[in-house]
Amino acid sequence: MKTDIIVGLGSCGIASGAQEVYDFFEKNIGSSDIALKKTSCIGICFQEPIVEVVADGVKTAFGKVDVAFAEKLLEGVKCGKLPETNRIFEDEGTKSFVGPQVKIALKNCGKIDPENIDEYIATGGYEGIKKALTMSGDDVINLLKESGLKGRGGAGFLTGQKWAFLKGAKGDKKYLVCNADEGDPGAFMDRAILEGDPHSVIEGMLIGAYATGADEGYIYCRAEYPLALKRLKIAIAAAEKQNLLGDNILGTKLCFKLHVKEGAGAFVCGEETALIASIEGKRGMPHLRPPFPAESGVNSKPTNINNVETYANVPRILVSGAASFNKYSYGQSFGTKVFALAGKVKRVGLVEVPMGLTIREIVEKIGGGSSTGLPLKAVQMGGPAGGCIPESLFDTPIDYASIGATGAIMGSGGMIVMDSSSCMVDVAKYFLQFTQAESCGKCTFCRIGTKRMMEILERITQGEGTMEDLALLEELADVVGKSSLCGLGQLAPNPVKTTLRYFKDEYIAHIKDKKCPAGVCKPLIKIEIEADKCKGCTACSKVCPAGAITGSVKKPHVIDPAKCVRCKMCIEKCKFGAIRVI
Amino acid sequence: MKDKCCCNDVLNEAKEVVSDIGGTKDRIIPLLQEIQRRRGYLAEDLVNAVAEVTGIKPAEFFSVGTFYSQFRFTPLGKNIVKLCKGTACFVAGADSLIVEAESYLGIKSGGTTPDKLFTLEIVSCLGCCSLAPVVMINGKVYGKMTRARLKELLEEYRK
Repeated sequence: MKTDIIVGLGSCGIASGAQEVYDFFEKNIGSSDIALKKTSCIGICFQEPIVEVVADGVKTAFGKVDVAFAEKLLEGVKCGKLPETNRIFEDEGTKSFVGPQVKIALKNCGKIDPENIDEYIATGGYEGIKKALTMSGDDVINLLKESGLKGRGGAGFLTGQKWAFLKGAKGDKKYLVCNADEGDPGAFMDRAILEGDPHSVIEGMLIGAYATGADEGYIYCRAEYPLALKRLKIAIAAAEKQNLLGDNILGTKLCFKLHVKEGAGAFVCGEETALIASIEGKRGMPHLRPPFPAESGVNSKPTNINNVETYANVPRILVSGAASFNKYSYGQSFGTKVFALAGKVKRVGLVEVPMGLTIREIVEKIGGGSSTGLPLKAVQMGGPAGGCIPESLFDTPIDYASIGATGAIMGSGGMIVMDSSSCMVDVAKYFLQFTQAESCGKCTFCRIGTKRMMEILERITQGEGTMEDLALLEELADVVGKSSLCGLGQLAPNPVKTTLRYFKDEYIAHIKDKKCPAGVCKPLIKIEIEADKCKGCTACSKVCPAGAITGSVKKPHVIDPAKCVRCKMCIEKCKFGAIRVI
Repeated sequence: MKDKCCCNDVLNEAKEVVSDIGGTKDRIIPLLQEIQRRRGYLAEDLVNAVAEVTGIKPAEFFSVGTFYSQFRFTPLGKNIVKLCKGTACFVAGADSLIVEAESYLGIKSGGTTPDKLFTLEIVSCLGCCSLAPVVMINGKVYGKMTRARLKELLEEYRK
């Protein structure tokens, strides 16, 4: 009897200790009947590290596996009696996490060994390009248009249409680029696909090359993703060896050379014209469109750029047909969207949901609701270019137009859930700080306007803001958006705009009452010990870095507000819940 | 930057870098990345030497080098501590970790301790949002970080 032990080795799995578990198995298996394999992130991050055992075709997955449990598991495998605990798919939470999901882009993630091309091929990999090769380029493009696939990087432009532009462009040389410069803080969808199923991206590009006539391509991946880069390079080498990349692919006239470009850390390079400048070895600064990349892109040649998730969907549409994709629809949005669900929910992870599912279903059903017991307040979608959607609008469906109507954007898929302990003015400041630092400096409004907005937010969070500041903030948000050349500047005011739209009362509380309702902004809060709850255990006074807490043993302690730095370490330390923010 | 490269060792190293990576303008970023990989930072002598070997002006290298956040112009400490301030980590309290690390090490983000043991960097997102807040030390990710654990970790790396 042959048994496989499969360890999930994605970045988060490794960070949770999956490598130690893998190493343990490697050292201790000691039987030729047991094969040790690896896979990538399956998306159920809250159960990491995950180990799957396949015996006689029966799969059993175990979660939260540490070395001690791995030992038990190995014993169980050897004597044919697997442990009854830690079985993730018997856990109700995991069931409701997995239940509403539909996996198209993530079909193989967490199921195959991403470093082994044969496993990809065994799941029907590279059948998409074979199918495409029996069709004309126009037919492939029409199929994509029919499927309704839109750019998953956030802008939501029809992919088939974009390809048609490149096909129609005049030129002897055309490029295809994959934007894997996932710079949004709080987003890891593309990383998971590159780490878990790199061949799907390569195959998607290959189909694009055939359909549009491009013969050279770049995958522009950020350097902060070392594992994704490594697996991409392995995948490209393996595909070249099997004549799936290079010259005369699969014995046809199709030639496609693919390179990996390592990004060097600039958020603005997610913007397509800046990304092209960066590929050419220049400072990543955007330029005015037109000319669009389809006319003049890399080295001034016609170029098409899509994001990782977009390309990963393509082979599946080729193999299963447009109807298998667009049967999931809401309005003008078709297929599925991958989200990185994180923040204050019980179950965090990578989720792929059909269009039309509501934010509430994602947050409450898949995510399991608030992890802190505090009421949920908002989700942030679309990263620094997106916005905060309040709880009252959680019934908004996942659809480009519906999300856009809230003032946020679909974005690339970051979804951060916030509870009542987040101050929305502070959140707006956080995102603005990010875009302000990442502004390339080309447009005055983006460079200086965001700086002035930042100063206003700083004044407000320090209790020095005025109501005139608020009006000025709204005006600036408007002009910065209108007067910037690229997406970064155009969308930078979004977090401020949406928080002003939905949480204006919080801004006003900061300005008029000099209070931070969430208890976050330090100059506006005070930390106090409730005398009747304090047992005088002295734990708080020991941990206080400022020496602000005094009192004798077994007597209520007192905080000196003049010395207190509001670090809240005492609150963390207090076992009796006697310290509060007022 | 006006010093011409007179040292043969540096020139030879530059030749090696260029023959590995290529010497055309579109290779400027990979060339800088290779220099940083070898030296830990963009050492001026090597950048100038690579410029000389490729025939590209040093200003073009420095123009690109100062634009991207990956590049640094001062040597790194022995241990590189990256504190994540992505959205998920921010919501989970990354700010207090930053305060803890800065006060424990006595340096600000981007700085290196005088004993050259630690370099502290605040990064936008390490992509391990499910483990927020996270800290990466020498490439290893530590999740669900608390102030107390961070201090312990830093003490361990100090040894």
